[in-house]
Amino acid sequence: MTGIAFLLLFLAALAGYLVNRQAARAIRAGGAPLHSLGLYHGGYAALMMLVPGLIFLLAWLALQGPVVDALVMAGLPEGTVSEAGGAGSAGALVLAEVRSIASGRIFGTPEAWKIEAAARMTALHGGARQLMLIGLAAILAGGFAFARSRVSAAFRARQGVERIILGLMIFCSLVAIFTTLGIVLSLVFESWRFFAMVPVHEFLFGLNWEPQIPIRADQIAGAGAFGWLPVILGTFVITVIALTVAVPVGLYAAIYLNEFASPRFRAVAKPVLEVLAGIPTVVYGFFAILTVAPALRSGASALGIAMSPNTALAAGGVMAIMLIPFISSFADDALSAVPRSLRDGSLALGSTRAETMMKVLFPAAIPGIVGGVLLAVSRAIGETMIVVMAAGLIARLTINPLDSVTTVTVQIVTLLIGDTSFDNPKTLAAFALGLMLFLVTLGINIVALGIVRKYREIYD
Amino acid sequence: MSEISAIGGPAAAPRRPGITNIARRRRSERVLQGLGLGAILLAFAMLATLVGSLIITGYPAFTQTHLRIDFPVTEARVKSDKPEAGNYRALMQDAMVAALPDADPAAARKLAAMLSNSAQFALRDRVVADPALIGQVVTMTVPVADPYDQLAKGLVRRDTPEAERRLTDAEIAAFDRLAAEGRVSRPLNTALLSNADSRFPEIAGLKGALIGSFYALMTCFVISFPLAIGAAIYLEEFAPKNRLSDIIEININNLAAVPSVVFGLLALAVFLGWFGMPRSAPFVGGLTLALMTLPTIIIATRASLKAVPPSIREAAMGLGASRQQVVFGHVLPLAMPGILTGTIIGLAQALGETAPLLLIGMNAFITAAPATPFDSATALPTQIFIWADSPERGFVSRTSAAILVLLCFLMAMNALAIFLRSKFERKW
Repeated sequence: MTGIAFLLLFLAALAGYLVNRQAARAIRAGGAPLHSLGLYHGGYAALMMLVPGLIFLLAWLALQGPVVDALVMAGLPEGTVSEAGGAGSAGALVLAEVRSIASGRIFGTPEAWKIEAAARMTALHGGARQLMLIGLAAILAGGFAFARSRVSAAFRARQGVERIILGLMIFCSLVAIFTTLGIVLSLVFESWRFFAMVPVHEFLFGLNWEPQIPIRADQIAGAGAFGWLPVILGTFVITVIALTVAVPVGLYAAIYLNEFASPRFRAVAKPVLEVLAGIPTVVYGFFAILTVAPALRSGASALGIAMSPNTALAAGGVMAIMLIPFISSFADDALSAVPRSLRDGSLALGSTRAETMMKVLFPAAIPGIVGGVLLAVSRAIGETMIVVMAAGLIARLTINPLDSVTTVTVQIVTLLIGDTSFDNPKTLAAFALGLMLFLVTLGINIVALGIVRKYREIYD
Repeated sequence: MSEISAIGGPAAAPRRPGITNIARRRRSERVLQGLGLGAILLAFAMLATLVGSLIITGYPAFTQTHLRIDFPVTEARVKSDKPEAGNYRALMQDAMVAALPDADPAAARKLAAMLSNSAQFALRDRVVADPALIGQVVTMTVPVADPYDQLAKGLVRRDTPEAERRLTDAEIAAFDRLAAEGRVSRPLNTALLSNADSRFPEIAGLKGALIGSFYALMTCFVISFPLAIGAAIYLEEFAPKNRLSDIIEININNLAAVPSVVFGLLALAVFLGWFGMPRSAPFVGGLTLALMTLPTIIIATRASLKAVPPSIREAAMGLGASRQQVVFGHVLPLAMPGILTGTIIGLAQALGETAPLLLIGMNAFITAAPATPFDSATALPTQIFIWADSPERGFVSRTSAAILVLLCFLMAMNALAIFLRSKFERKW
């Protein structure tokens, strides 16, 4: 039905385009001086039908489900779902059951009122779809009638079309804003519900992270099991390990590529480094458990050191591989952006290339390099798959790289994989962690992008 | 020479013979070069280790050991009026007894575990399709179970003590005997691409994941491409220099650096929670990926719009074109190769993205390929994640093989992007 609606929309728009173009051409053939080309008259009709039709369809599709659910729940017989309009988890449970009965998946023998509700739900959905088609047809007819009535020699159809297209483009660029707003609102909203169950100070300063669902109803979010400090400490440990390896390697690689490498070597080495950057992180994660962790473990046991299976070292080390090309390409860009005159001046004064690099170019490029390293930090904090696969699950308050630690992203993923009902602190804790992750990375990104931009302006 | 180096050195330093000073400076230059080259070679070595270990563990999964075996389909096991309800599990045991005539029948029956669990269903489908087979001996080539597959590929060492092996000496002997009769073959593992997921490694495949990824990527493209081009054209060609434009621009740059898992949280809360979209659906995955890819494509599109020289715009304007006619008739077509390159690179990134898909449930165990973008499905990266988590040994090499398939797709997309760039890009 939805497919038919979209087909109808596009076919009608096409028909409107052709009819209006023909009408405009007929006017011109009649000898009147047409302001806009027939193309624009046709386009005007198509847009006047497409835009409202599309808005209507999308809004309808987004609202149909919730509205039907509300109607079905409101129509349930008295006393079947606890009062307060069937809100809360009991209502959600009934709704889920009715939904699955309506889609034909019946388990056991449901009560008669549930079957009745399911039948009503099916009927409502069917009615809603027919109503949607009728509404769409009305909107299309209205849009076409409007556009057709405006076809005349003097009508400025091109301006009309361009205004609509400009509006559409503005909408497109606002999508990015909507996305950010959506992220912030959803995170804040769900975290708000989390903090209603777990006090903020417990989350921010608690030293224990044991996100289990409480067994008894009266112990909801009991004794501080949602303190995020061990989790953020684990993130910190892995980030430090990754950067300790990636920053020097990345910077030396950039220095070599920028100053010493022959053009031919550079032409090979840069794409190879980019390959390293293009490998999906799930691949790095598997590499960590397949190769790096066993190698580290056998190395450690050869040295007689006890090592947990999911060490921070393995996860951090593999993350370093991922960050090397990131840092080196940022540093390379920063070094290349230093004006040639500085390099030439230094060389002309008799310094070697190494001295030019380390005493002139590198200090001049420091702001850009710092920006790049900060972006790498934010990437390491937000990186998910490597740590989900290679790091541990249990939060420990430790900075020992040979120990198993967990990270913010690992906790988000493990809390949300599988069953997700939005009414217990276990699930909502993931959103609180997500909010902190978003804020921390956003802060770092803003500083980093600010540094990079400011620095670029100096030399531009 | 010595005077020059003395001038170059620090004035306060005691005068040394210039020649050693030069030598020291040259040495430090060599050290820096060595460190730089070492860093690059280290990165290369890591890439080589990564790809090498994936190929070494992954290539065995591209073949699968099969066993040719005769099933005596008897009326006792399968009734001709109801062929679909026959006891095909017992038939597998009968076949093993027939194949190993000098073994103890009870032991031979147990050896039916050598055949993949899928064999009985394959046999059933064949008999149901042609009930005339009842009463005859049906010869089929079926995949062997994972432990025997590992054995045939030499991945299980035969000299480890029996207690530490998954196969007993007797089982290995029986398998060797069948192999000596020429019943064992190792054809290309077409099931890897033509089957959907399964709990049994020997018949698990990537079909569902490939189709799921395809749907998700198509959704992502259909949504993000027009939105990104519209946004980029507005920001680059039409937006007035004011506060709102600045905010949008900063916002897009920041959005590009938001961790992917946060997009997963957004999708979970908004798409699944508020709009009630279906869980595990490639369409929702594609929608999420579209939001993530949007900034990448916008940035690439703006760069290629910027690269079109102003003379093109001025010439078109001079001939009386409106600003939109200039952009859509002249600037956009010239910028298209660059835009497409950026789009393909953005889609390649989206193809490898895992974390947001995990949060919307695209890591479910689904044994059928999705028919529409709204059915439950996995995607390639989430399938890799599922298999990497599976305890069966056979999944280790299959995970590597799946990664190699994913990397092939990524390489193909990037090669296409590079081709487009070199073929159509114009230097002005």
